[in-house]
Amino acid sequence: MAGNALYRRRRRRNGIMMSLSLGATALGLGWLVVILAVLLWEGFSGLSLSVFTEMTPPPGGQGGLLNPLVGSLIITVLAVIIGTPIGILAGTYMAEYGRHDRLTMVVRFINDILLSAPSIVIGLFIYEVMVAPMGHFSGLAGAVALAVIVIPVVVRTTEDMLILVPNQLREAAAALGLPRALVIARVCYRAAKAGMVTGVLLAIARISGETAPLLFTALNNQFWALDAKAPISSFVESLNSPMASLPVVIFQFALSPYKDWQKLAWTGALIITFTVLALSIVARTLAASRRQS
Amino acid sequence: MQPLGRQTVVDVALRSDAVGAAPALSRAQALNRLRLTDHVFHLLTRLAAIGVLLLLGGVIVSLISGSLPVLREFGLQFLVTERWNPVTEKFGALAPIYGTLVTSVIAMLIAIPIGLLIAVFLTELCPLWLRRPIGIAIELLAGIPSIIYGIWGLFVFAPFLQETLQPFLISTLGNVPGIGSLFAGPPYGIGVLTAGLILAIMVLPFITSISRDVFDAVPPVLKEAAYGLGCTTWEVVRFVVLPFTRVGVIGGVMLALGRALGETMAVTFVIGNAHRISASLLAPGTTISATIANEFTEAVGDLYTSSLVALGLILFVITFIVLAIARYMLLRIERRIG
Repeated sequence: MAGNALYRRRRRRNGIMMSLSLGATALGLGWLVVILAVLLWEGFSGLSLSVFTEMTPPPGGQGGLLNPLVGSLIITVLAVIIGTPIGILAGTYMAEYGRHDRLTMVVRFINDILLSAPSIVIGLFIYEVMVAPMGHFSGLAGAVALAVIVIPVVVRTTEDMLILVPNQLREAAAALGLPRALVIARVCYRAAKAGMVTGVLLAIARISGETAPLLFTALNNQFWALDAKAPISSFVESLNSPMASLPVVIFQFALSPYKDWQKLAWTGALIITFTVLALSIVARTLAASRRQS
Repeated sequence: MQPLGRQTVVDVALRSDAVGAAPALSRAQALNRLRLTDHVFHLLTRLAAIGVLLLLGGVIVSLISGSLPVLREFGLQFLVTERWNPVTEKFGALAPIYGTLVTSVIAMLIAIPIGLLIAVFLTELCPLWLRRPIGIAIELLAGIPSIIYGIWGLFVFAPFLQETLQPFLISTLGNVPGIGSLFAGPPYGIGVLTAGLILAIMVLPFITSISRDVFDAVPPVLKEAAYGLGCTTWEVVRFVVLPFTRVGVIGGVMLALGRALGETMAVTFVIGNAHRISASLLAPGTTISATIANEFTEAVGDLYTSSLVALGLILFVITFIVLAIARYMLLRIERRIG
């Protein structure tokens, strides 16, 4: 009898813990659903063509999100252009040239710290080294701040993917007489391409929602210097001046007392979230298809 | 034999040229070009790797140099003073440090058990075909930008708490001697507790995905042996899986803690930005990152700006230590699993 009671107690405890874990999973999934549902509910009604064609309005006025959308696009693309080559080169060194040397060990550790470093600190860093010496906020500073966030993501995925490339491929290429640089560029990069693209996509997903590093680098701007008549010079001009970006505009508008601004903030939030989620789902399927093949 | 090998290389490089007609001179040139690109590429990659180190060095140096004026003015008193008065230029970091630690502790208290339970569900209970979709859904929670959590917290979650959880806490726990002061005061909606709860949701995926990965790496033989002895699923998790993966789980938790400490936008929306230390968790407070985000662009005067940079330095040092421990722990579990 005593053994039977013990058995039942153990079964009961198991039942309780397993239902708790089921409940926890339901809670986590429920939260995702609630957040997305609220976003759709609040943001979808404000979604119209004018959101993509009009500039941000003054308080209480009508308008859209054209300048922050374009600003975000410019800043993100620039950040990827600056950050990706550095990240790929550093990852290449770690996986190909110095896989076991001390520099790689140290860089790997430091890179992992940078990967999770608070992004607001990155913003302060760029403020100190770019904004303060230049004397004004600029879109370029915002792009550099985001590039600092791109680099560790790309370094990590590049290294991981290159390490997975079988050594036989390198040996075969070397046996044909290819120098090291060509072995890497023609053979290793090609074999690791899907994984490296995934890394860049993940980096884009990560930075397209970043707000904190842009607050005091790119700041915000209700206007832009872009001019269809002089595209290049006006582009450079606008890079050199404060630039609106979607996350910063959402931050500003959501905390404002104006209903119209809050509505636009929700619409912007909807756009950002679904862009980011789409990017990360594409990145994941890309990684998964590579694993299967 | 050596020259023959090199000739092969040159042949490859000169494939488009008329190899047969090429004089020895152009072969040597091509060879040199190859050797040069090889050197340059090696050097470039090495520079980029060193660049990553310089990046971190740059962050530390710029933060220290930016916070020098404050350190000179207040010294270490800066760390233990609560007052924060931009008008009289008296600054102390105690309130933001306190807020950062308290919100992170609340977040971890909630996220650790829930995150681990989800990982248990995913590795032990969940049918195979559902594992990937549920795992991805949980990880998508980590992909949602923090500003979205902020706007959602401010407009949806805080009013919800104000009407439900907070009055409940005040009327029940608020009267319990000892911990009652933690739940005193009116239900503002926004405040330290709300920020902690939102942080909990945000760091949950980090704990879940790392725990799931290390749980999956437990050798099946160990689990099967325990089941063979008649253990229940919970007993297998409690006495076999958790002890085996303890280091990895701690690593994941520290990683999540690092995120919680540095999280900015979500907290800025819901914490209320009050520079004081209240006993009550329902009262508004502030964190290091929220203070910087709110005040940096409006800060006038060198001392004010410098105080905010000094706050950034403190945050960076704390998260650096936490993340370093996390990496060390995860490295240990990686070595054990092999």
